[in-house]
Amino acid sequence: MAAGVAAWLPFARAAAIGWMPVANCPMPIAPRDHNKRQDELIILNVSGRRFQTWRTTLDRYPDTLLGSSEKEFFYNEEAKEYFFDRDPDAFRSVLNFYRTGKLHYPRSECIQAYDEELAFFGIIPEIIGDCCYEEYKDRKRENLERLQDDQEDKKDIKPPNMTFRETIWRAFENPHTSTMALVFYYVTGFFIAISVLTNVVETVPCGSTSQKDISCGQRYTVAFFCMDTACVMIFTVEYLLRLFAAPSRYLFMRSVMSIIDVVAIFPYYIGLVMTDNEDVSGAFVTLRVFRVFRIFKFSRHSQGLRILGYTLKSCASELGFLLFSLTMAIIIFATVMFYAEKGSSSTKFTSIPASFWYTIVTMTTLGYGDMVPKTIAGKIFGSICSLSGVLVIALPVPVIVSNFSRIYHQNQRADKRRAQKVQKARLARIRIAKKGSSNAYLQTKRNGLLNELLDLTASEEDQQHLNKTKSLLESQHHHLLHCLEKTTGHDFVDEQLFEQNCLEGAMPPYRSRTPSVSSLEGLTGTCCSRRTKRSVPLPIANAPDSHTHPHALTHTLPKSPGLQELSAINIQCAEKQIHSSSRSNLNMQTNEVDRRNCKQQKVTTAIISIQTPSTGSPAEDGGHGLPNRGASVMTTASSNIIKVSAL
Amino acid sequence: MSSRRKQCKRQILKFGQNVVRFITGTLAADSPEEEQELAALRYRPETIDHLQALTHFTREELQILYRGFKNECPSGLVDEETFKNIYAHFFPQGDSSNYAYFLFRAFDRNQTGSVTFEDFSVGLSVLLRGPVEEKLAWVFNLYDVNKDGFITKEEMLDIMRAIYDMMGKSVHPRLSEDGPRQHTEIFFQTMDKNQDGVITIDEFIESCQKEENIVKSMDIFENAL
Repeated sequence: MAAGVAAWLPFARAAAIGWMPVANCPMPIAPRDHNKRQDELIILNVSGRRFQTWRTTLDRYPDTLLGSSEKEFFYNEEAKEYFFDRDPDAFRSVLNFYRTGKLHYPRSECIQAYDEELAFFGIIPEIIGDCCYEEYKDRKRENLERLQDDQEDKKDIKPPNMTFRETIWRAFENPHTSTMALVFYYVTGFFIAISVLTNVVETVPCGSTSQKDISCGQRYTVAFFCMDTACVMIFTVEYLLRLFAAPSRYLFMRSVMSIIDVVAIFPYYIGLVMTDNEDVSGAFVTLRVFRVFRIFKFSRHSQGLRILGYTLKSCASELGFLLFSLTMAIIIFATVMFYAEKGSSSTKFTSIPASFWYTIVTMTTLGYGDMVPKTIAGKIFGSICSLSGVLVIALPVPVIVSNFSRIYHQNQRADKRRAQKVQKARLARIRIAKKGSSNAYLQTKRNGLLNELLDLTASEEDQQHLNKTKSLLESQHHHLLHCLEKTTGHDFVDEQLFEQNCLEGAMPPYRSRTPSVSSLEGLTGTCCSRRTKRSVPLPIANAPDSHTHPHALTHTLPKSPGLQELSAINIQCAEKQIHSSSRSNLNMQTNEVDRRNCKQQKVTTAIISIQTPSTGSPAEDGGHGLPNRGASVMTTASSNIIKVSAL
Repeated sequence: MSSRRKQCKRQILKFGQNVVRFITGTLAADSPEEEQELAALRYRPETIDHLQALTHFTREELQILYRGFKNECPSGLVDEETFKNIYAHFFPQGDSSNYAYFLFRAFDRNQTGSVTFEDFSVGLSVLLRGPVEEKLAWVFNLYDVNKDGFITKEEMLDIMRAIYDMMGKSVHPRLSEDGPRQHTEIFFQTMDKNQDGVITIDEFIESCQKEENIVKSMDIFENAL
């Protein structure tokens, strides 16, 4: 429950009086405030700076250090204050959290120191308010990166016992780890350069025979062919080795670098296959263009190239916008120029697509001069075109530039992936904390069984012993929810279980899975809504208390796999017969404990009833029922019925 | 006709101004200062002595109450939204906004749209410390949505639905569509003595005092503060 509204709990409880006339049955007893003391100021001395606050302020968050009894460890008897040997500046935010319910992150704090303070005081950082959360996460990420950078320097240490395959992969990824890897790295680099150079030189004309110049490639065919073969062989070997060593071959084959490798070497093989066929030689020549992709293999050797590629990928939206706006402007201006120049004779602006060329050249301020407007209108629009070109291009470019520099410095891709996971985790934790209150209530109901019985019978110490984990605030809140249940006649159940039961359809009789020998079975009832009776007698396995409780049965329900019993525990306690009930209480208590001890996660329920022989007619009280879901048996309205659903 | 001409002239003038501004390069003139948001009304409640006389609370209790109140609503006034938010914290599984609305109307004695600290403390005083008749009168006031002195079946059905809404969906046994209606019928049967379809305040108080459960349950919260 959020702390700030803890002060309004008396109001919510008072407002519950509005339900009373509507509810037809008596309400549960309110928890008593045994240690009611006047609200007092407590002094928190943090390294000499004294903070003072009300005790109830700190009690708002009972699962932190200051809100729980853990702070008693720090109590200083002589000075009557709590002393903490921590940073007083960070403590300010911690204390403000109690006061206002919001945790803020001060920008001047070091992120690690702050985290340590929060951990000391038992506060989870996920509840930092939205106003400061971005800042907190950014700083945390930077810190993590710094730690990671430190760690990467330690990567040179070779982990022992690597398989051959892992060794090769590591050699490929980090060439500076071993000499062989370094050699291989430089050799491939050299051959990439050679290959690119060859492709270039191949087309240079060198010498001329007969009428025309022929390129070097055609002159020294054999030499170039040998060079090409050598390069392709090296590349193939490298690719196959990488493929063999890759930890995930499928992922490797999908990666960009491997695609570049493949594209770079397959034209050669295709050329080997189809040298003689004249028809496809044209297409084959086109394929040779792909050889130039070998130059991209350099990106393995250069970090900067990789970052450039990543920048372009991440700025895809800005680039897209640039392209889109340019296209719009080109079309507009081309149209305008075409119609402006239509009048003049022998104009180069023969069609709108033909004007595209002029517009592009003008807007990028190239100005080849092969197409110039001749009419006055054309010239005016041409100048407007060139002016706007500068603007349109200049605007998105700085964005791309800043992107590049940001990525270069921050290596953002891994962070985004990590940040997504953390964001999900944060939201999940907050959701859990919010659900915590309703789950706490459901769990307390199970425990509350014992508490409420002991309320009637046991002494103060026992009760306090059981209550020690639950704060007064919580018990009052749970009492409030309990009253609501009584008013409407329905119970809160766990959401998951509810879904599960919805799926399992309506009303098959549920059996419990009690491996324990006995479970007390008795009347079940919903509070006062229905008045049906059931009278299915059950076999009595053993009845140790039958003389006290003529209607208390013990039996073993037949085991049935899978299904779980979802029924209510009803304890009928009358004020008069305390002694008799106490014995059954104890019995039930041990049963409950047994059941819980031998239980797995999902708890079964038990139906317990302690009958008072005095009330009602025996017939009415003697009804027992199999606990069907939705079964409703009326019990005598005069006694206090405390109903708990164990889930 | 002349109005249209005037409009035309005005628009041409504006266009001319824009062109001038465009040429001289001044940025768009600041739009008229956004009206300052009306500063949240600072509301100061009556003195503690006055409240002590008005309610059954002691001085210390009023202090504790006010501290909690002011913490959550620094401006001194609770509006409906805040009220609903606060109440929703206590009922995480269901939707308590309808019931909170009815409560708000019950606390807001003068129907001003906001609950002051006086309203709050007077209401609480009746609920926690008042005699049974006053409490029942307060509950009658809560149920009587339009404050006309009669509780009709529709009003009661609204209230009942609001209460059932607070439970949420995950309840056992399953909520039926008719549950609130049935509950209302039962309620009317017990309360409406002359079976005329409405409940007056006298009928209500009389019937409630007859039910032992109700009388007992009115007192369970008396140590809430």
